[in-house]
Amino acid sequence: MATDVQRLERSWAEPAGLLAWIGTVDHKRIGTRYLVTAAVFFAAAGVEASLMRAQLARPDEHLLGPERYDQVFSMHGLTMIFLFVTPMLSGFGNYLVPLMIGARDMAFPRLNAFGYWVFLAAGLFMYSGLVLGKAPDNGWFNYAPLSIQPYSDGPNIDFYAIGLLFLGISTTVGAVNFIVTILKLRAPGMSINRMPIFCWAILATSISIVFAIPSLSVAAGMLELQRSWGFHFFDTAGGGDPLLWQHLFWIFGHPDVYIIFLPAVGIVSSIVPVFSRRSLVAYDWVALATMATALLGFGVWVHHMFAVGLPQVSLAFFAAASTIIAIPSGIQVFAWLATMLKGRPVIRTPFLYVLGFLVSFVIGGLSGVMFAAVPFDQQVTDSYFVVAHFHYVLFGGAVFPIFAGIHYWYPKITGRMLDERLGQASFWLVFVGFNLTFFPMHIAGLLGMPRRVYTYPAGMGWDVYNLLSSIGAVVLVVGILVILANLVQARFLGEAAGPDPWLANTLEWTTSSPPPPYNFARIPVVRSADPAWDGVSGPSDLVLPEGHQTPATMPLEGDPAAALEMPSESLVPLAAAVAIALICVGLIGDLDWLAVAAGVATAVVLAFWHSPREAGPLEPAP
Amino acid sequence: MRRRISGFGPALGRRTPLATGAVLLLTLVAAGCGENDQSTLAPKSSASDQIARLWWVMLVASAVIFGVVLVLLFVAVLRRRGAEPATTKGGGLWIPAIGGIAIPVVVLTALFALTLRTLPKTSPAAASATGLTIDVVGRQWFWDVSYPDKDVRTANELHIPVGVPVNVEVSSADVVHSFWVPELNRKIDMIPGQVNRVTLEADRAGVYRGQCAEFCGLQHAHMAFYVVAEPRAAFDAWLAREAKPAPAPATPELERGQQVLLGSACVYCHTIDGTNASGKIGPDLTHLASRRSLAAGLIPNSPGYLAGWILDPQHVKPGNKMPATDLSGTDLQALLAYLESLK
Repeated sequence: MATDVQRLERSWAEPAGLLAWIGTVDHKRIGTRYLVTAAVFFAAAGVEASLMRAQLARPDEHLLGPERYDQVFSMHGLTMIFLFVTPMLSGFGNYLVPLMIGARDMAFPRLNAFGYWVFLAAGLFMYSGLVLGKAPDNGWFNYAPLSIQPYSDGPNIDFYAIGLLFLGISTTVGAVNFIVTILKLRAPGMSINRMPIFCWAILATSISIVFAIPSLSVAAGMLELQRSWGFHFFDTAGGGDPLLWQHLFWIFGHPDVYIIFLPAVGIVSSIVPVFSRRSLVAYDWVALATMATALLGFGVWVHHMFAVGLPQVSLAFFAAASTIIAIPSGIQVFAWLATMLKGRPVIRTPFLYVLGFLVSFVIGGLSGVMFAAVPFDQQVTDSYFVVAHFHYVLFGGAVFPIFAGIHYWYPKITGRMLDERLGQASFWLVFVGFNLTFFPMHIAGLLGMPRRVYTYPAGMGWDVYNLLSSIGAVVLVVGILVILANLVQARFLGEAAGPDPWLANTLEWTTSSPPPPYNFARIPVVRSADPAWDGVSGPSDLVLPEGHQTPATMPLEGDPAAALEMPSESLVPLAAAVAIALICVGLIGDLDWLAVAAGVATAVVLAFWHSPREAGPLEPAP
Repeated sequence: MRRRISGFGPALGRRTPLATGAVLLLTLVAAGCGENDQSTLAPKSSASDQIARLWWVMLVASAVIFGVVLVLLFVAVLRRRGAEPATTKGGGLWIPAIGGIAIPVVVLTALFALTLRTLPKTSPAAASATGLTIDVVGRQWFWDVSYPDKDVRTANELHIPVGVPVNVEVSSADVVHSFWVPELNRKIDMIPGQVNRVTLEADRAGVYRGQCAEFCGLQHAHMAFYVVAEPRAAFDAWLAREAKPAPAPATPELERGQQVLLGSACVYCHTIDGTNASGKIGPDLTHLASRRSLAAGLIPNSPGYLAGWILDPQHVKPGNKMPATDLSGTDLQALLAYLESLK
């Protein structure tokens, strides 16, 4: 074996040096980049949230004027949705999916690198608007005709439209990569019904992305055509229709809620069995519920539009659809509860965050079902009740699992254990701060406080709830800083984790922490959904030491099909991302020559990337 | 002001400790005061009452479900603690079958039935079944209100007769706004190129605050209005007064004030019926002095606030469409006196 491992080391190790570091295609390095970059955007969104809570702590506050406030709340939403949660979960997916399915990399490693660079560039592009004081200021939903001239004359909305078009490339290529990786690169024996639920979640999310993002991209493209080239899609004066935007946006926007939520509950389904010391109850129901949620998510968008004046028949149809979608979530919640009830739970920080998720998500789910009651929706939509609800679903439902995932996989990624006491302290601060911040918003909304207001008058009965929210935000920030402190200290002082500190059930724990560049010296063979527990799965004799090779299997059965040659590090993905970024810069700066030149450069780089010489199999290692 | 809390019947009828706690909490918060209240939990019409009842029913049901989940969670976590060798498989399927499918199907079906029952009561009545039509056009950032039958135009204030279903037809002259008076009914969006309807029927006399509920730009936060529900006779008297043109200036000072107004940029945007001022962009000022507020509910309608508004509207409501007016002290005094005379 030793010689095999040496040959693997030789063929998979990336050369030292800055260029090789930049050009890496290792899914673990790229995944870590996603995680770290998304965390930086999370910090930015947190600063924006803190500014909002400072502004709203008291009535008639003048800390931020309306112009600044509108940019801050818009960037908070855009950042959280597009630049934090989605890429963060993409980071987990990138790092973990190949490890969980026993592969050596993602199916398209260079596309993976390209996706990261586009995400980074699109994020910087959108934030450059904020630096210039011209950030998007019409919310993440960006309704027309407020988004078009004469109501929005500056470049603010162009940063939105062009930025989201640009970012959509990253999300889409990432999703395609996940779908192919999950369907084709699973280890021999990992039939689709033995696949970790996290991979089911990533698969469901990726399929949703492939169908949902086009609607957003079309909307953003039409918006930019209207704003810059005189088209009339969204203004009544020119024969357009403002509601067209709302439909296109929410056909994307509601599935996007599940795009965010599904990978997060995939994390939960990974952690619950490990800390309950028992296989997940109702594995196949949970897998089916995951897929069903992704599918049903496309049938409920109109519940964001119940107040636009639709006929009662439409209202009833979408009310029914919005009711039904609660059932798959209910199945998952009770499958987790059943696993805990049947198991012997061990409380550690990742599991605490999962429990916090469950409590918050059940509250958010229950208030979500209320929106299917159309008259109630029409009463509280666009009030703070909605703000409370979706923070319970998105912060409670996605950020808690993300924090759980960070505490769970940090030992795998760094090889070091986090401090358990700091972890538990951070949990309680985050849990109390979160509830104190967002629970009072339910009441403020029921008392009639509209959302997206930069200030509010005294004497409406809203003051005390806003003050409580702002105090809660302080506690929440402290909790997040404790997490950060824990991550930093553990990097240097944490005790060594070993390959499997949690005695977990999935394949990523059967290799060293951090894993070697080739993930597994011997390709695992899988005989159950809990390969690290079943006692019969384990390393096979398959090594594939030559070149960059990983086995491909059949999509359903997981029977071996081929050995695939994987590419190595390259700067071409970065070049392609930079070229596209320059198109965006040319468009926003009205520098037509730059946009055209960058468009030509993009075509050249892509042609070079896809030329046979570049894409063909590499020379086998000696 | 003591307020009636409707819809407590179902809530208190089947209580659990959690639900009782929530109800008590919300009782406290529902005790707002006066016309600055726009609580959804203090309904003043049968439509809002229906919605509030729906809410209380859903709250109690949710509290029960949440309580059950919480109990299961505590049982699961606190019982049998301690790591033992892992992993029996199988069993436990009945828990998601009952908790995740059977019970939700029953509860959600009931909820859907309740929704279908409530929906018609909050949906707009046929125009023929209403006693009065009011047109409201949303503009950045005020409410352009007119009574088409009487050729009356005003702003930021709707007067309605008590106990009469009123057909409110809403639209927008610029961006999407949303018309919302929580104590009287659900909200309805105001969309350019489209007329939406909502029915307002106040149970009793009072002043009910409303506010724009769809983000509409810089001053979305300051786009409020009042619905004044009054007995039929008082309403008829108000409408008759509003239908008249503005009173002619009765003193030399008022005369001068009118000249100041007509000689300034005011006339490009504002109408004062009976004078040459006929701009349509801003609020109608014909009976400005009869209104409760200025700048769409932002400041009280008093000479001091009015003076501050005229001299520096951008300080009061940054971003609004009204430019500052530079006036000498005496001109300002005369203008204020004239505007205050527009009863």
